[in-house]
Amino acid sequence: MDGDIRTNTYSDGSVDAESGEQKIRNFNINFGPQHPAAHGVLRLVLELDGEIVERCDPHIGLLHRGTEKLMESRTYLQNLPYFDRLDYVAPMNQEHAWCLAIEKLTGTEVPRRASLIRVLYSEIGRVLNHLLNITTQALDVGALTPPLWGFEEREKLMIFYERACGARLHAAYFRPGGVHQDLPDDLIEDIDQWAIEFPEIIADIDGLLTDNRIFKQRNVDIGVVTEEDILEYGFSGVMVRGSGLAWDLRRAQPYECYDEFDFQIPVGKSGDCYDRYLCRMQEMRESTSIIRQACEKLRHEKGDVLARGKLTPPKRSDMKTSMEALIHHFKLYTEGFHVPAGEVYAAVEAPKGEFGVYLMADGSNKPYRAHMRAPGFLHLQAMDYICKGHQLADVAAIIGTMDVVFGEIDR
Amino acid sequence: MSDALNELGSFIQSKRPDCVVDWSIEFGELTVNVALANIVDFVEFLKTNSTCKFSTLVDITAVDHPSRAKRFDVVYHFLSMYQNHRIRLKTAVREEDMVPSIVEVFPAANWFEREIFDMFGLLFSGHPDLRRILTDYGFRGNPLRKDFPTTGYTEVRYDEAQKRVVYEPVSLVQEYRQFDFMSPWEGAEYILPGDEKEAAK
Repeated sequence: MDGDIRTNTYSDGSVDAESGEQKIRNFNINFGPQHPAAHGVLRLVLELDGEIVERCDPHIGLLHRGTEKLMESRTYLQNLPYFDRLDYVAPMNQEHAWCLAIEKLTGTEVPRRASLIRVLYSEIGRVLNHLLNITTQALDVGALTPPLWGFEEREKLMIFYERACGARLHAAYFRPGGVHQDLPDDLIEDIDQWAIEFPEIIADIDGLLTDNRIFKQRNVDIGVVTEEDILEYGFSGVMVRGSGLAWDLRRAQPYECYDEFDFQIPVGKSGDCYDRYLCRMQEMRESTSIIRQACEKLRHEKGDVLARGKLTPPKRSDMKTSMEALIHHFKLYTEGFHVPAGEVYAAVEAPKGEFGVYLMADGSNKPYRAHMRAPGFLHLQAMDYICKGHQLADVAAIIGTMDVVFGEIDR
Repeated sequence: MSDALNELGSFIQSKRPDCVVDWSIEFGELTVNVALANIVDFVEFLKTNSTCKFSTLVDITAVDHPSRAKRFDVVYHFLSMYQNHRIRLKTAVREEDMVPSIVEVFPAANWFEREIFDMFGLLFSGHPDLRRILTDYGFRGNPLRKDFPTTGYTEVRYDEAQKRVVYEPVSLVQEYRQFDFMSPWEGAEYILPGDEKEAAK
């Protein structure tokens, strides 16, 4: 039955001689749903043969909030904050996909300054995500200091979030047609200053982990992913790049204005946990460079941050003088804007991989159907395949580098 | 971009006329309508053909259209990391139809098909492990069908007397509000307040 020890049969038809000890059945354990190394509410049913994982069955859905169902009864703008709550580690990157989908359907052109701000905050989101991921994965394999150092930087970045939109976490900052509000000049200077100092912090974390004997013992040659596995299991993001495929949507299918930025795509060689860690470290450096470039461009690029029209609210000053503007404002925030019928798929390179939105509009003010494609969903799906044959302790390291967040997997 | 997709669309149709019902390009995306019975075959072709080389399964989902005879649309998204293009496949499915599973071709389809089974109640033939995935253990109903109420049917709470979580029918203190935003001049399907006499005539 399920959980029994394997019986080996050989070509001459013989079987292993069974001693008394071998009649023991495999051991099933529940990993989670409340386990600090599960990075959320993940329940793994593990079948162990000694310390070796024979089977790994992830049970997900413990954080299922029915986002897709809820979205069908809310307007497009009301749906936007739901995206912050998907991958709550890097909220704005998710909003970005939603805005891109709506803009694609309505044919809205985003002003250049708004586009630059989006790139700036997407990259801040990437650093936020990688800082959390690298340091907590290090915590899972036994290092306590990195999270303390990394979270200090995350704190600074979340203050930049707060100064842009008023919320540290659930931003609702990217809006269809641009971004909600313009950035003050001193904020851009502060972000730039932070980006000048940040490489030193990366170097510190690098010094703690990269050549650390324990860290390498726990990560090198663990959870190896080959090119074939990537295609079979639909991986994206760092899970792909760690194995040597230079696939990045920012480069391959540029959206926003990523094509005018100068950045490298780091790739790994062996596709193990350690290479994925190295990729993330290098990506943080690249993101910092993009942040600096964006700040430089923002200094010279002045102008509106919203494509004024049906999708976006009128200026405050217009509302004081124009009746039409006042009516438009009222209609926009009660009825919401209507999106022409059609279906689109818009994807962004979120820090975890390809985050996509499939949006089906029926011409009304609410989406007929919206589906979120979360990168973590596919990564976690491959748990059984990747964990098979690894030790129990490696499961924590593998979950860590897969970079799963249950907000987006369970939706 | 659009030219290349046009070329790809006609190439696919010329190669597999038996599978492709029709194809179109909208918003710079290629959509192919596929006959339900041929889906596995067609996906295999997309994966192996060197011009298509759709190596990655991006997404599978479904859409519910309660008014249609073929009530559901199953929507597949594929990506080619080698040719750098995307494709969307759509196939219409009756409520009682079995959808052929593509797990054999793309193992990544496993959880997506489980999710559709969970959310829409569509059955996939040939799926190795068709269990519910996102909803609660022992959940009933298919939440993403249009006739399933957003509030659901049951609610849970911790019962202090029984010392366990209990399931109860949903009781709403206030009715769940579904706002009707349609302007009365455009498409109101109800009689406007004050117009009752007018309607009676």
